[in-house]
Amino acid sequence: MAGGFFGGVHPEYNKKLASGKSIEVMPLPEQLTVYFSQNLGAPAKAVVKKGDEVKKGQVIAEPGGFVSTPVHSPTSGKIKSTGFYPSPVGTLMEAAVIIPDGEDEWEEGCDRERDISGLRSEEIKDIVKEAGIVGMGGATFPTHVKLSPPEDKPIDILILNGAECEPYLTSDHRLMLEKTEEILEGASLFARAINVKNIVVAIEENKPDAIEKMREAVEGRDGFSVEPMKVIYPQGAEKQLIYSITGRKVPAGGLPMEAGALVQNVGTCLAAFEAAGLTRPLIQRVVTVTGSGIENPGNVLARVGTPFKDIIDFCGGMSDDTAKVISGGPMMGISQYSLDSAVNKGTSGIVLLKAGEVAQFENEPCIRCGRCLTACPMNLNPSALSIFAERMRYEETEEYGVMDCIECGSCAYVCPSKRPLVQHFKRAKAEIRNRSKKAG
Amino acid sequence: MEDEMKDKDRKSGSGKNETERKEAGKDKTSPKPPEKKKKEPFRERFIVSSSPHIHDGRTTSGIMRLVIFALLPAALFSIYIFGVTSLRVIVISICSALIFELVALRIMNRPVSIRDGSAFLTGLLLALNLPPGSPWWLVVTGNFFAIVVAKQIFGGLGYNPFNPALIGRVVLLVSFPVHMTRWVAPSAWGADAVTTATPLGRMAESLDRLGHIDMDLFRELFSREDIINLLIGNRAGSIGEVSIILLAAGGIFLIAKKVISWHIPVSFIGSVWLLTGIFYAIDPAHYINPTFHVLTGGLFLGAIFMATDYVTSPMTSSGKIIFGIGCGVITVLIRLFGVYPEGVSFAILLMNAATPLIDRYTKPKVFGAREAA
Amino acid sequence: MLTAVIALAGLGLLGSLGLAIAARVFAVETDPKAEAIEEVLPGANCGACGKPGCFDLAREIARGNAEIDACPVGGQKVAEAIGKIMGVDFSGGGERYVALVLCAGDNKEAIKKYHYNGIYDCVSADMFFGGDKACSYGCLGLGTCAGACPFGAIDILPEGIARVDSDKCTGCGKCVEACPKGIIKLVPAGRNVHILCSSHDKGAAARKNCRVACIGCQKCVKAAPEGAIHMDDFLAVINYDAEIPESVAGECPMGTIKVFKAEDSAGQEAAGGGS
Repeated sequence: MAGGFFGGVHPEYNKKLASGKSIEVMPLPEQLTVYFSQNLGAPAKAVVKKGDEVKKGQVIAEPGGFVSTPVHSPTSGKIKSTGFYPSPVGTLMEAAVIIPDGEDEWEEGCDRERDISGLRSEEIKDIVKEAGIVGMGGATFPTHVKLSPPEDKPIDILILNGAECEPYLTSDHRLMLEKTEEILEGASLFARAINVKNIVVAIEENKPDAIEKMREAVEGRDGFSVEPMKVIYPQGAEKQLIYSITGRKVPAGGLPMEAGALVQNVGTCLAAFEAAGLTRPLIQRVVTVTGSGIENPGNVLARVGTPFKDIIDFCGGMSDDTAKVISGGPMMGISQYSLDSAVNKGTSGIVLLKAGEVAQFENEPCIRCGRCLTACPMNLNPSALSIFAERMRYEETEEYGVMDCIECGSCAYVCPSKRPLVQHFKRAKAEIRNRSKKAG
Repeated sequence: MEDEMKDKDRKSGSGKNETERKEAGKDKTSPKPPEKKKKEPFRERFIVSSSPHIHDGRTTSGIMRLVIFALLPAALFSIYIFGVTSLRVIVISICSALIFELVALRIMNRPVSIRDGSAFLTGLLLALNLPPGSPWWLVVTGNFFAIVVAKQIFGGLGYNPFNPALIGRVVLLVSFPVHMTRWVAPSAWGADAVTTATPLGRMAESLDRLGHIDMDLFRELFSREDIINLLIGNRAGSIGEVSIILLAAGGIFLIAKKVISWHIPVSFIGSVWLLTGIFYAIDPAHYINPTFHVLTGGLFLGAIFMATDYVTSPMTSSGKIIFGIGCGVITVLIRLFGVYPEGVSFAILLMNAATPLIDRYTKPKVFGAREAA
Repeated sequence: MLTAVIALAGLGLLGSLGLAIAARVFAVETDPKAEAIEEVLPGANCGACGKPGCFDLAREIARGNAEIDACPVGGQKVAEAIGKIMGVDFSGGGERYVALVLCAGDNKEAIKKYHYNGIYDCVSADMFFGGDKACSYGCLGLGTCAGACPFGAIDILPEGIARVDSDKCTGCGKCVEACPKGIIKLVPAGRNVHILCSSHDKGAAARKNCRVACIGCQKCVKAAPEGAIHMDDFLAVINYDAEIPESVAGECPMGTIKVFKAEDSAGQEAAGGGS
């Protein structure tokens, strides 16, 4: 490892609950709620309406701009309704409710094998865009945009993100064990698309079996190498990962391409392979269902649009004293109030926690202990930022760098006063964005 | 993987969860005004909050407990050598601190938080800064200034600009200088308390009187046995400052437990040693040797337990080192050129005032921040 | 001792001399009219007039750039006094407006969708699925409006809802801006029929979430004079220009319509509005 790591914390990982469980396919639920906004950037625009019949893999929403991806139907069936439904990200979102007809029939042209060895860079980008592929680590950034860096920002390294630094989550771990070849095929497609010869598979050291498997698989593949990473949260955050491996810092407010690097989650690589090699659009993903509140923790391959309650039932159901249902991991995930929320392209896990394990925020004053400064991987001063935000002094929060906060939660994890630091930053960021929008 | 996904029929009934079952049984809309009966909150099932949803378990009261634990050896030792008077001072101090905090919070209509341990700690620290035989009214007055004036009036925990225990001590020192310098010679269980002066005090007094170091006195105070006495604590001084070894042990414990960092104690003690060493090297006739300075007075107690107070010291590592050096320099200046034989308390308070400035100027550089054009 | 007294006295004298000289030499030219107006203005610097502070408004009125009755907080009395200073006869009958929280769904009447744990602020809570109330339009009771009020005129009741104390309210409108749900409205102080609900949900859904919600049955619309109440997507909305008889309140099956003069805080309490 050429670089280093600033800050970071060591939460209890609890990955053993699900890391040994191989990926299970779950049956189709009674209905699917497929959101039209499943990517960072512009939401997609619906091209279907109530009553329409759709086939599996059919486009039901077209991209709403350059930084946008299409959304496909996860199965064949009928559109029961379109409207606004609770989504896992915390807002009501436009979605289509699809009732499967049971046939699960692919659309014409989908699901046939294709030789990927001859695909050229432009073709790969088109395939990735048309398949609706987004960053599957949770960020859901449209992949085809990542593959189109401007001329003046050449990329010389592709990093496959197998770090999976969030506690409890194991979907990437299982993918690396069970879909090793496919991931690497997808990665080589990406490498070809941006003409990069150096590909590094980054895996945290707490997954020795995955490291081993990947090492075997990359033998004979030119340009590939496996880099075991120090176990620290948030090792898998893009900027931190690039710094650890290459020693280069992504400039504040900038994108990884400015450090000459491209990072892709291993699940995204798999999706790229399936899109290119099997002409299947992105309609399903592996979700780790885990935590003390679930009867049978495991890694479930579920269709996009599967309601949380169905996936929880598939894993044996939820215990009565479950206090929190989190979409994503416990450090950055979003707590849910309704099990009607449905899986989207970025739902890496569903964690069910009991009251005793859940953090209880208190609105106590900051005791200036400095633990948050030590923990912050972006070298910010969360203490000062939170005090400014409390007093609504948003200009100062901007001065002190709140827009560079990656909301990893390391600061609030260690705060002895249990202040809701990340919430303060989210609030400040929203306020600053609103003000700049108003200013035009 | 894809091929395995067959169109299995959904298992009926198993999909309905508890929430839906409860909902189905609720009464329908009625056209008449509804009766005001208590409804069970069937929907308030889960907790929703911002991320992160887990916490490492360290709390403010947990930290206070660790610091109190680290001070116990020194406190217990003081009871051993100074006797019941020491115990009395400690108990009165802690009790009055807690009572003042409780009353102040009630009067100011703030949530009562004495359970966080910070008042207990302030009371204990103030006690450790007082001479063993201190009368009860001295202790209570000191705690009044420490808790009510230096802490609660500024807004309570987290808002005080100065170290509360030190404010208490300094107010007492300036207002009641005689009581505050009535030291007692140590003896097992405080038998036959004999008034005496601290080693630092004696040396300072003789230096004043004679105009130069009294080498005989120095040899008397600083013989080989006496260094050991200084380390163990077999000397006159305030309740908490005497046993260097026990204080250092407490400090190492706190550093190991990551409650405090090494920066302030090391830079504070180090700069005192260095600076007095320079003066000693230049003019040994008029300046005492650095080891003596380091081992006497309240330096260890101050550097490890008072200067490291979170609220009043800088948050960044570089800031802490600047803070420690500043404390050291001021301590030495007061000791060598000032009126008081002991400068630690004033030095720390002066540096407390500089803390916000230090924090401002040692602001960490954001990861990836572009250099100013 | 004497030296000390003389020295200090001398320093004091020197200081005051310096201040007096500076007050003359560095004096800033001010418009006497603006100063007089500023004296008369309430001095709360609340910004309701659109200017940053009372001094700025005074200056603008003196220059003729602002209306004499631009200060909503000062109301009639202040406008008349300013009129005198400007040499203008002010007889405008500016009606007094007070703020009213259009929601009666407190913890006893409305259910919540989850336990909220976080910053005690409505805007922050609103970021999580629209707040912990099941009704996505209702008052969250976390006090953002109370914090924004420069006059301390909003109370957050123990039942978890905001209520304006119309005795203290000056109609400055800060709370209206601050509320993330946008359910605080400025209403004429004399009006006495109010619909305390802002929910646009359909009847059954609204009823499920709150026992005093407007279900959109339109009984009030029919009972009131033409145009006095209109429907906005399943929510009945009062047109405050119209005169509405108190009997209309009795038509409401949910008890959502309350009768009390907007300026009468005791009346609001008695009517059970907001509690």
